[in-house]
Amino acid sequence: MPADRLTPLHDRHLGLGATMASFAGYDMPLWYQSGAVREHLAVVTAAGLFDTSHMDVIIVSGAEAETFLNYAFTRDITSVRPNRCGYGAFLRDDGSCIDDGIVYPLGDGRYGIVLNAAMAEPVTAHLRTLPGAEAVGVTRPAVPLGKIDIQGPLAFDLVRGLFADKAMFSSFPYFAFTGDFQLDRSQVRLDDGTPAVLSRTGYTGELGFELFVPADQAGPVWDRLLESGKDRGVLPAGLAARDSLRTGAVLPLSHQDIGPWPFRNHPWMFALPMAGDGSFTKDFYGRAGLAGATDVPYTLPFAGFDQRRVEAAESVVLHDGRPVGKATTIVSDMAIGRVEGRIVSIASPGRPDGFKPRGLACGFVRCEREFLPGDRVVLKDARREIPVEIVRDIRPDRTARKALKVT
Amino acid sequence: MKDFDELVLPGELRYAKDHEWVSPTAPHRIGVSDFAQDQLGDITFAELPTVGKSLTVGEEFGSLESIKSVSSLYSPVSGKVVAVNSALEDDPGLVNREPYADGWLIEVELANPGELDNLMDGETYQAHVKANA
Repeated sequence: MPADRLTPLHDRHLGLGATMASFAGYDMPLWYQSGAVREHLAVVTAAGLFDTSHMDVIIVSGAEAETFLNYAFTRDITSVRPNRCGYGAFLRDDGSCIDDGIVYPLGDGRYGIVLNAAMAEPVTAHLRTLPGAEAVGVTRPAVPLGKIDIQGPLAFDLVRGLFADKAMFSSFPYFAFTGDFQLDRSQVRLDDGTPAVLSRTGYTGELGFELFVPADQAGPVWDRLLESGKDRGVLPAGLAARDSLRTGAVLPLSHQDIGPWPFRNHPWMFALPMAGDGSFTKDFYGRAGLAGATDVPYTLPFAGFDQRRVEAAESVVLHDGRPVGKATTIVSDMAIGRVEGRIVSIASPGRPDGFKPRGLACGFVRCEREFLPGDRVVLKDARREIPVEIVRDIRPDRTARKALKVT
Repeated sequence: MKDFDELVLPGELRYAKDHEWVSPTAPHRIGVSDFAQDQLGDITFAELPTVGKSLTVGEEFGSLESIKSVSSLYSPVSGKVVAVNSALEDDPGLVNREPYADGWLIEVELANPGELDNLMDGETYQAHVKANA
């Protein structure tokens, strides 16, 4: 086994006393001294800082880049508005998913694509096999990137403090971005001149940003953000909180909730170019395989009735006592609980006085048949069985799409 | 994660290789070590037996659910459960914060006090943890 790679913030994690673990070939923080529960709650009520420098970025460029990428990627990138980015997936011929990602149109026939950790190589190799590949460049950014996600209701306050130009925030909706992944070209700079890309995206469901800076500047930017938030409940947050937050927000983990099976029958159908009648509105690689696939399993969000979980890896989904699938993700969202059956968050406006939830088990099941919100199934492992409910959404009253309060 | 020299491993307790401790004098409480709680991360649920249950040494008596995993608990001694820490229902994080005090799990009446001699003292347990890290 090769040694794990280190992100530019690795020394910060060790200095903060993080519990580290190997993830996708990187030595990453699972949680810091405050623990994953407090980190999860901090993101829902204040903000958390995540080191996401393990994620990969590639740049597709050339006069034919738009045509090429619009065929390679599920999302119709011609419909992505200026200064916005779009979520989608790269599929194989059979409609199965190689990886999901976000495409950023940069202008001049260039597109930045943010992928999962260690996925630049396989996605690039895949793109090289597609028609038109010889006419486009697929490269890594010349300046290595460090990436920090600032997520939670206070994220805007923290991020705004880094920039001299506050005017750009007057119109900065969900999935807007500014800057260039070729950082040497980026017109967007922190107040100290550090070039940056700032994107109003994230993986927590809460108001937040993803900030890309040169790798050798990530440490000082991290320190600044932590310092400015330390008296306001802002915490560094590790992979465990990231996993429970994204699950509560009904976001998939690539290679776990989406992966080498046909990319449909799941909660992320917005990543596909679909008309109201279910027909595809553009051609894309994997389309025929996706349309023709039979017996495609259904990936469905669920929520439990208390915090008890079973082990996802060992789990069987039972319906009427019969196995119908398995769970792909099972976590506890510690910010939610049930009040008279309804899921309520510690950030819900209508929560009862003194609401202190113990958390709810939640995640995704992959089943051979469809279930509808409200249907009950049972998750079973060697230790126990827990009843859960198929749901449309998990953690209510999330803030990701909230308007920024520019004052 | 705590460094070895940060781990609190009281010398007077007796430890099993699976990281449970038992107090050698009455009341014989059972819990998990500072090392175990640190490895598990935030504990979100403790599933514990009911009072009156008889346990044999090495038997699984419940589980601790942490943010990371669901881990089995094994009894370091044989005996009858005479008390269960009900405070963990509301605050399972006590196991993280006070693993040897308010974060205890169950109290047993020993069936065979001689079994205590098969367990490790703090110093031996610390060596065991180091050797297996």
